[in-house]
Amino acid sequence: SDLSHQQGIFVHTTATHWIFSLFLSILFMFGCHCFQEQCCLFLPLQDPRVLDTMLPYQVNYYGNPHSRTHAYGWESEAAMEKARKQVADLIGADPREIVFTSGATESNNMSIKGVARFYKAKKKHVITTQIEHKCVLDSCRVLESEGFEVTYLPVKSNGLIDLQQLDETIRPDTSLVSVMTVNNEIGVKQPIKEIGHICRSKNLFFHTDAAQAIGKIPINVSDLKVDLMSISGHKIYGPKGVGALYVRRRPRVRIEPLQSGGGQERGLRSGTVPTPLAVGLGAACELAQQEMEYDHARVSVLANRLVQKIMSEVPDVVMNGDPEQRYPGCINLSFAYVEGESLLMALKDVALSSGSACTSASLEPSYVLRAIGADEDLAHSSIRFGIGRFTTEEEVDYTAEKCIQQVRRLREMSPLWEMVQEGVDLKSIKWTQH
Amino acid sequence: MDFRSSIPAAPVLSLYRRLLKESRSFPPYNYRTYALRRVRDAFRENRSVEDPKALEQLLNKACDSLAIIQRQVSIRKMYETQQTVVEPEPKNL
Repeated sequence: SDLSHQQGIFVHTTATHWIFSLFLSILFMFGCHCFQEQCCLFLPLQDPRVLDTMLPYQVNYYGNPHSRTHAYGWESEAAMEKARKQVADLIGADPREIVFTSGATESNNMSIKGVARFYKAKKKHVITTQIEHKCVLDSCRVLESEGFEVTYLPVKSNGLIDLQQLDETIRPDTSLVSVMTVNNEIGVKQPIKEIGHICRSKNLFFHTDAAQAIGKIPINVSDLKVDLMSISGHKIYGPKGVGALYVRRRPRVRIEPLQSGGGQERGLRSGTVPTPLAVGLGAACELAQQEMEYDHARVSVLANRLVQKIMSEVPDVVMNGDPEQRYPGCINLSFAYVEGESLLMALKDVALSSGSACTSASLEPSYVLRAIGADEDLAHSSIRFGIGRFTTEEEVDYTAEKCIQQVRRLREMSPLWEMVQEGVDLKSIKWTQH
Repeated sequence: MDFRSSIPAAPVLSLYRRLLKESRSFPPYNYRTYALRRVRDAFRENRSVEDPKALEQLLNKACDSLAIIQRQVSIRKMYETQQTVVEPEPKNL
């Protein structure tokens, strides 16, 4: 009986222990869920193979690639030149035509301001589109304040420019046309080959911001008759803080440099080239060339899956941008009768955006969507999904389901949705003012 | 796998298994899934290659990839990795 009493206590204690530890583990599990930040999906990642090529230059080879007099410099220079060739090979250019910069923003600034200012004696007109990246539009604004004339071409409702309109807008004093290859918000692919042809025939320079297109669709600068092309490192799974600018040598494109100094990069961009970053960019370009077909096929399948899933379950969803002339990995959907910011907040564990990173700080509806003529309320309720090399099927399914769930929930709360269900035409409503 | 060439099957299969084993230990979800997927697809794609020179090149590439994966796995283990929402929750702390 003594033993059984002891046993009893023992059992009792173990039971308490068991319950206590179960309680603790549940607490930890939920605590874990709350405190351990779960990473967002669709995060644009750096390819581990790129990091692998960069690390030796962060860890060992510190030489300045412009130092001509010692072995440390030579090995860094060799690495930098190898990277230059890798970038050039991706776009069908000569390595001497590649200038390393700090990113596509700098490349865009260099091209637009550089070309316009160099030829400003005789040519005062620049043409671009309304859906360009903010850095292009802002550079043009600066040019306008310097006395240049800039025409911002409108786009059709599918996001593409009208070639006829471009042809008519070109004047004898136009020095540059800048049109981005693939738009970062709606994913449309502009008719670059045709634009290049028009520009070549009218003897003016053609710049394209290819940050979103490089490594995702095949690009050949001679084929497309492009004179200047901006390249971004982190858009092709490379490091942030590096990019490149392709500057054609034949026929020669002259640029007034933005950055003055020791004359590095053919005098076009002075400053020490960051060897590890340049090496990373080169590796990313080489990888992109090898993996382009595989990635493109996969991204197309996943994109289709996402769109089909969402559109089959939820009515009144609009895909912005031309359905054919596009890069599949950048999808922009507008959900009618749903507030965009609320939907974004509801999907906060998926790394989406309602515009682009550059415009995400402001609550203004995207200027790109306005330019394609999207309704004000549709422009407000749009979400951009980016699918890439590392996106998995599970992520796509999770996102689609979450999206469907949240759209339904938000619509249930929306009085507008109620009215639409009853057959009221929202545009006929006269909202009273108090 | 079809190996009528001079390179025997065993080393290739062992390399394949080692690649998969290393890929499985990548802490970040997206790298882990990518590595597994890419290795499988690459081996599947090249399974009927017969030319010994081409095979040797591919095998060298596979060895290099194994080294890269091993290094990158070590590095990721040194630094904190965040879990993504589609991963099953950690069973123990």
